[in-house]
Amino acid sequence: MGMEGIGARVARKEDKRFLTGKGRYTDDMVVPGMKFAAFVRSPHAHAKINGIDIEAARAMPGVIDVLEGRQLQADGIGNLICGWMIHSKDGTPMKMGAWRPLAIDIVRYVGDAVAIVVADSAGEARDAAEAVVVDYEELPAVTSAVAALQPGAPQIHPEAPGNLIFDWQIGDPAATDAAIAQAAHVTEIEILNNRLSPNPMEPRATLGIYDAAEDHFTCYTTSQNPHVARLVMSAFYNVAPENKLRVIAPDVGGGFGSKIYIYPEEIVCLWASKKTGVPVKWTSDRTEAFLTDAHGRDHVSKVKMAFDKDHRIIGLKVDTIANLGAYMSLFSSAVPTYLYATLLSGQYDIPAIHANVRTVYTTTVPVDAYRGAGRPEATYLLERTMEVAARELGLSPAELRRKNFIRSFPHQTPVIMNYDAGDYDASLNAALAAADWDGFAARRAEAESRGMKRGIGMSCYIEACGIAPSQAVGSLGAGVGLWESAEVRVNAVGTIEVLTGSHSHGQGHETTFAQLIADRLGVPIASVNIVHGDTDKVQMGMGTYGSRSGAVGMSAIVKALDKVEMKAKKIAAHLMEADESDIVIENGDVKVAGTDKSLPWFQVALAAYTAHNLPSGMEPGLKETAFYDPSNFTFPAGCYIAEVEIDPETGKTEIVQFVAADDFGNIINPLIVEGQVHGGLAQGIGQALLEEVRYDEQNGQLLTASYMDYAMPRADDLPSFTLSHQNTPCPGNPLGIKGCGEAGAIGSPPALINAITDAIGINHLHMPATPLKVWSALQDGQMRQAAE
Amino acid sequence: MYATSYHRASSVDEAVNLRSSHDEGRYLSGGMTLIATMKQRLAAPSDLIDLRHIAALKGITVDGHTVRIGGATPHADVASSAAVRAVCPAICELAAMIGDPHVRHMGTIGGSIANNDPAADYPAAMLALAATIITDRREIPAEEFFTGLFETALEEGELVTAVSFEAPEKAGYAKFRNPASRYAITGVFVAKAAGGVRVAVTGAGSNGVFRAETIEAALAADWSPESPKAASIDPADLMSDMHASAEYRANLVRVMAKRAVIAAG
Ligand SMILES: Cc1cc2nc3c(=O)[nH]c(=O)nc-3n(C[C@H](O)[C@H](O)[C@H](O)COP(=O)(O)OP(=O)(O)OC[C@H]3O[C@@H](n4cnc5c(N)ncnc54)[C@H](O)[C@@H]3O)c2cc1C
Repeated sequence: MGMEGIGARVARKEDKRFLTGKGRYTDDMVVPGMKFAAFVRSPHAHAKINGIDIEAARAMPGVIDVLEGRQLQADGIGNLICGWMIHSKDGTPMKMGAWRPLAIDIVRYVGDAVAIVVADSAGEARDAAEAVVVDYEELPAVTSAVAALQPGAPQIHPEAPGNLIFDWQIGDPAATDAAIAQAAHVTEIEILNNRLSPNPMEPRATLGIYDAAEDHFTCYTTSQNPHVARLVMSAFYNVAPENKLRVIAPDVGGGFGSKIYIYPEEIVCLWASKKTGVPVKWTSDRTEAFLTDAHGRDHVSKVKMAFDKDHRIIGLKVDTIANLGAYMSLFSSAVPTYLYATLLSGQYDIPAIHANVRTVYTTTVPVDAYRGAGRPEATYLLERTMEVAARELGLSPAELRRKNFIRSFPHQTPVIMNYDAGDYDASLNAALAAADWDGFAARRAEAESRGMKRGIGMSCYIEACGIAPSQAVGSLGAGVGLWESAEVRVNAVGTIEVLTGSHSHGQGHETTFAQLIADRLGVPIASVNIVHGDTDKVQMGMGTYGSRSGAVGMSAIVKALDKVEMKAKKIAAHLMEADESDIVIENGDVKVAGTDKSLPWFQVALAAYTAHNLPSGMEPGLKETAFYDPSNFTFPAGCYIAEVEIDPETGKTEIVQFVAADDFGNIINPLIVEGQVHGGLAQGIGQALLEEVRYDEQNGQLLTASYMDYAMPRADDLPSFTLSHQNTPCPGNPLGIKGCGEAGAIGSPPALINAITDAIGINHLHMPATPLKVWSALQDGQMRQAAE
Repeated sequence: MYATSYHRASSVDEAVNLRSSHDEGRYLSGGMTLIATMKQRLAAPSDLIDLRHIAALKGITVDGHTVRIGGATPHADVASSAAVRAVCPAICELAAMIGDPHVRHMGTIGGSIANNDPAADYPAAMLALAATIITDRREIPAEEFFTGLFETALEEGELVTAVSFEAPEKAGYAKFRNPASRYAITGVFVAKAAGGVRVAVTGAGSNGVFRAETIEAALAADWSPESPKAASIDPADLMSDMHASAEYRANLVRVMAKRAVIAAG
């Protein structure tokens, strides 16, 4: 592998910049004449706008202009859209209500934008925003998806009667019902997947710059996929044609999905820049982030899992209601459908599956993909059900899982996915050994002697990364293809720029992508620069989410590298008068195999650019582009084990150990992979123990709008993690890699809840398992015991 | 934040005068509550009168068993005071449990008790230690000082200059943290002194910090960690919110009292 090649634990190149405060984020961008925006936002969850009076605000000090939705509409700026078409099982298309960048007649969640103020300073813009008088007529709110489906619930969009967006299904209902009818045992459970707020460290920000001389727009924004932002803003929102719109996503401080989508603020700031003639910057504060960043999860599901007499799963039936909030965000429809229900087979050979999913409007902020996006919901549902089933059947959790593991590949599930490779026993065994599962009984007894309740739980997750084969997702309703592009530019002195359509916002691409080049060409990673995040530099790309940058983004780089290598070899063969097929590239030298003939890499590069002596007919230069479209998803899988101790007096859970055994295929940089797993586990543990977005059910106010009430995991909430890696290389891509960005968040919640319910001896407990909930469950248990 | 004028006072008199000449002014101590509230535009004082540069408001003196802590003394100084630790370690432990290191180095005892957040830690100590709150104009027994949620006996413009108390024979504090804010969902301070046992509870009472007389009686009869267990605490007097129901808080009052007694030794 070399010191810096594939598999090396190289410290991140980008960390110097980040750790010394030298990162350049959107809010750091300063351009001449720049002014500041504040948004007037709805204080109500649902209200009719009878009028907007901007006169007082306009007269405030420093105010340049106050603009509202009607003007935006008159200028032809379009509504926000959801880019993945889902059809209901009756064949009708999903019922998308209008999401105006600035609301005109109705507001539908607390935080819905109504007007923009542009002023000399951010403070003056805020002062003036408070002076905008909006005449609201309050309408009833509804915050839970189940309540929104009830007859008589407040109607949120005229386009979606009864607030139902679509009623979709996957799998075989008849075969599944038949399996349940003939089952020896059926486990039934209700699963809630709590609603989460993404909380990236950097809040969203945007800077819109209109250049009247060129009739050209530049948008700096906190985006995970600047090219998609440009495409959507150009094709659907009519901001400007693509050649007149440059989108730059500089350093971005975390996204977790929430920065995939185009939000109203980008569009409105670009438009406002043209209207006012000044560059317009907006930076979200933390309260705005809680109110307006797309949330994640929020599912309610009913599950039936059928077993035969040998404890083999013969059918799985799932009925899910998913809350999509007030408007359909960019990928919101795909998350509870193709990113969720297609993973319901888990690691198990299940002959019949049927899932029905209803998505629902509520008067809450839109819900879209958040780290894991659908797969955490599927994994939580399945692994909680498996645990309860094992308890009901009197089997150990490992035994029940082993009885049902898929062991031959490729494996076609009944829900679209075709698993290409995996070894689920390997991860399970590694985790059991690392956790000393067999020694648990003694540890529990010791804990009991101290008055503590100890429990252990596991989760065997599978997920799908490397999204995705374009043709396949197109046939399922995606509005875009999900390939990736790369350009490898060798400079005349042999240093290299890699232009990629992937976008790094914490993933470490500047290091891992350079390691790939180092591995192939033997050049130091210091001589490789990764260029991303600017639509003027990188021709096209689909961005970073769904753990796709390795499996898809790096595969595109491999393809471009293949072409660069081929050309370099031709040049070297010509210069050294050897046969092209004898040329090898090793440790930064281009050699004729089996001889002492050799040229340093830079000389080959130089020869390509001097073009004094190239093979006849060859174009000068050394630069190649490639697009890579994956042939399948990749399927990372693994086994997580959590061991907890609960203080019965307070209900507080302490995680005494957490073991993660993951199969990510080949690994480029173990240090970065471990970091990704640690971060994912922190988020999964946050979901399981701490985090929950709560709205007031009566008036739709967000109750958890700050860190005073929204509990983020802190270092002392987390144990020291025990990690290991198993490896079945992915057969579908050239590097054999699967993706590691989301596994931690996907696999950990059920392991924890299984451990906690084991400790307190009950089957049902909903996330987050706060001290209050666990203590209350213990009291209920005691009362039940006393009654019996 | 709305525009405001900043004044740096160098004496108590100057601060009080500045404050009395600005109706909409506020004292600024550590700013850990006030600045955050201003940034959220929930408070809009016309003038801020900074107390942190007044030497007379800072510092700790321990004279025999009498402890005096200046109003503008940050929590970190209390937490690390060897002199206080020698006579009343419980209050050092309490100060060390407030917020995070940033908060402990900025936030002050005067600001904390003047603010009287129902989930703040110091009010429990003040009440259980029968402390005296010393202001620019009078001395107020803790018993009379904390009057409700975010409410105190302080008059308009009255400035907390110090607190003082007699170190008890034994004292202990136990706090159950709110998972999000890490303020007290319930914090119990127990003190055993010549005058008897005093137990004060923060974070739980629907009217702010209060004395738990049932636990006091139980501990007076038998100073043992098991004594609070049977004490009755009426959930009707306690707060209920998304983090903790009143019943849960009632349980926590007993459990934290037990742990405070263990901590007191
Ligand atoms: C992240 C965070 C976590 C925290 N966690 C905890 C915790 O766990 N437990 C806890 O108890 N507290 C906690 N706090 C509160 C903190 O410890 C401070 O005690 C509190 O903010 C008030 O003290 P201050 O000195 O910052 O006062 P300021 O914010 O400056 O002032 C608060 C109020 O008191 C008034 N005031 C200030 N000084 C005086 C005075 N001498 N006389 C009269 N009036 C005065 C001010 O005018 C203002 O109205 C936390 C704060 C933060 C930001």
